[in-house]
Amino acid sequence: MTADVTEASTASPPDPADVRGAIEVLSPGPLTTIQDLGRPGLAAVGVGASGAADRGSLRLANRLVGNPEDAAALELTYGGLRLRFPAAATLALTGAPCPITVDDRAAGMDSPIRVRAGQRLTVGMPSEGVRTYLAVRGGIDVPPVLGSRSTDLLSGIGPPVLEAGARLPIGRRVEGFPNVDIAPRRSQHLGPAILGVLPGPRDDWFLPEALRTLGESAYVVNSDSNRVGVRLDGPALKRAVHEELPSEGVVRGALQVPPDGRPILFLADHPVTGGYPVIAVLAAEDLDRAAQLRAGDAVRFRVLRPSLR
Amino acid sequence: MRILTAGSGALLVCLERPEQVAGLYHELLSDPPEGFIEAVPAAETVMVHFDPARTAAPALGPRLRAAAERANAKPEATSTARQEPAISIPVVYDGPDLEDIARRTDLTVEEVIRRHEAGEYVVAFCGFAPGFGYLAGLDPALRLPRRSIPRTRVPVGSVAISDRFTCVYPHVSPGGWHLLGRTTMVMWDTYRQPPALLAPGKRVRFERVKT
Repeated sequence: MTADVTEASTASPPDPADVRGAIEVLSPGPLTTIQDLGRPGLAAVGVGASGAADRGSLRLANRLVGNPEDAAALELTYGGLRLRFPAAATLALTGAPCPITVDDRAAGMDSPIRVRAGQRLTVGMPSEGVRTYLAVRGGIDVPPVLGSRSTDLLSGIGPPVLEAGARLPIGRRVEGFPNVDIAPRRSQHLGPAILGVLPGPRDDWFLPEALRTLGESAYVVNSDSNRVGVRLDGPALKRAVHEELPSEGVVRGALQVPPDGRPILFLADHPVTGGYPVIAVLAAEDLDRAAQLRAGDAVRFRVLRPSLR
Repeated sequence: MRILTAGSGALLVCLERPEQVAGLYHELLSDPPEGFIEAVPAAETVMVHFDPARTAAPALGPRLRAAAERANAKPEATSTARQEPAISIPVVYDGPDLEDIARRTDLTVEEVIRRHEAGEYVVAFCGFAPGFGYLAGLDPALRLPRRSIPRTRVPVGSVAISDRFTCVYPHVSPGGWHLLGRTTMVMWDTYRQPPALLAPGKRVRFERVKT
């Protein structure tokens, strides 16, 4: 199957991707990348798993259009995307809620949207949250890189970040027909985020009161946050051990504490290894919520079990 | 050996000696325990990712201990990576930090080069960037802490040292290691199979290219 993202020239024979109705990017917004469920298994050679930051929203968007859950879709950061569909398509948007219009008609989140050939889709700014997922029935069919269509912004591996003028081929891998009109979802993003954490692996590198500080303080999301991690402002977590930590593997959701004592919460494009101690790791069920934290949001941590030290 | 919790899907195995890391890593690849997803070797640890739907920390912990014991019992030479011939990396020793390294180690520039070239190295682990291998086996006389002010841009192919490791920078990147020289060998190519020239356990030698 051809999956060419270069622009078709009018003088040459039509690009096969164009014939199949490759989507035209009119405006990419602040940052839009292609993401699937990532490329786990390469950490030992220094390549992180990457993939959608809010995996639950990616999976839901894919289910809404009848795709396999791991199909590649678009991850919008603060919305702002404009697309033109040369052929009819079925799509769905999930995650951070944005105003959506198809030509001049409003459309809704968490629900399949049918667009006709030639129609334009405009996605506004989210009212809350950061990342919105746009799945197209058939999946985004750019060539996979090392087994995934995810863009890893830390290592630079994966398809390029979306730019105006890019063409996105649509694949044909589907699992069924879209059979729901809307996925009712409790708004996840209202109110302060309360995230569960499990102490360790290096909570013993901190003073005993550091875990209490983490569990009892309000942190605020710093604007210097991205797919690599969320920087948090708030009370410093004080170290008991002041040696240098030899580099060790880090996981998604790790709360790594650099020398200034303010934790960094690692997201999808986190480094494979790190040289600062990790005081605690987010509970798996709160990882998606963490990926929707925006600058200025308040965050509280709930320590889910006592330290094992 | 200690096993620490890293969230609900990973355990961090801390080994007594750095040399045990590669052994446990290869043991886990050749005989993976139930629910094993991936292992990430590092300086003194192996991070083991597992599927919480198929195993749990209390069941996996003893299996990791057993794997480490099996690895310790094996003579080093039986690991397949060690039976392969060493990868030979040609180096032009004209790095900007050579004189600084010589001064800090109380050696002549020629002696620094001789000791680096004489080393027999093993990829202890990878990290920092795709294809960035930490090569163990550096002459203890060349052991230096990182530069106090890292460079914002280290050229691709730079051969460098820091602490007990040497490395080749696979990409242009920031970096705090001391630069000894450079190679034209490609450490990482996303579209090559496999993309990384260096993987944990591989043996490496450096060969001096006279200019």
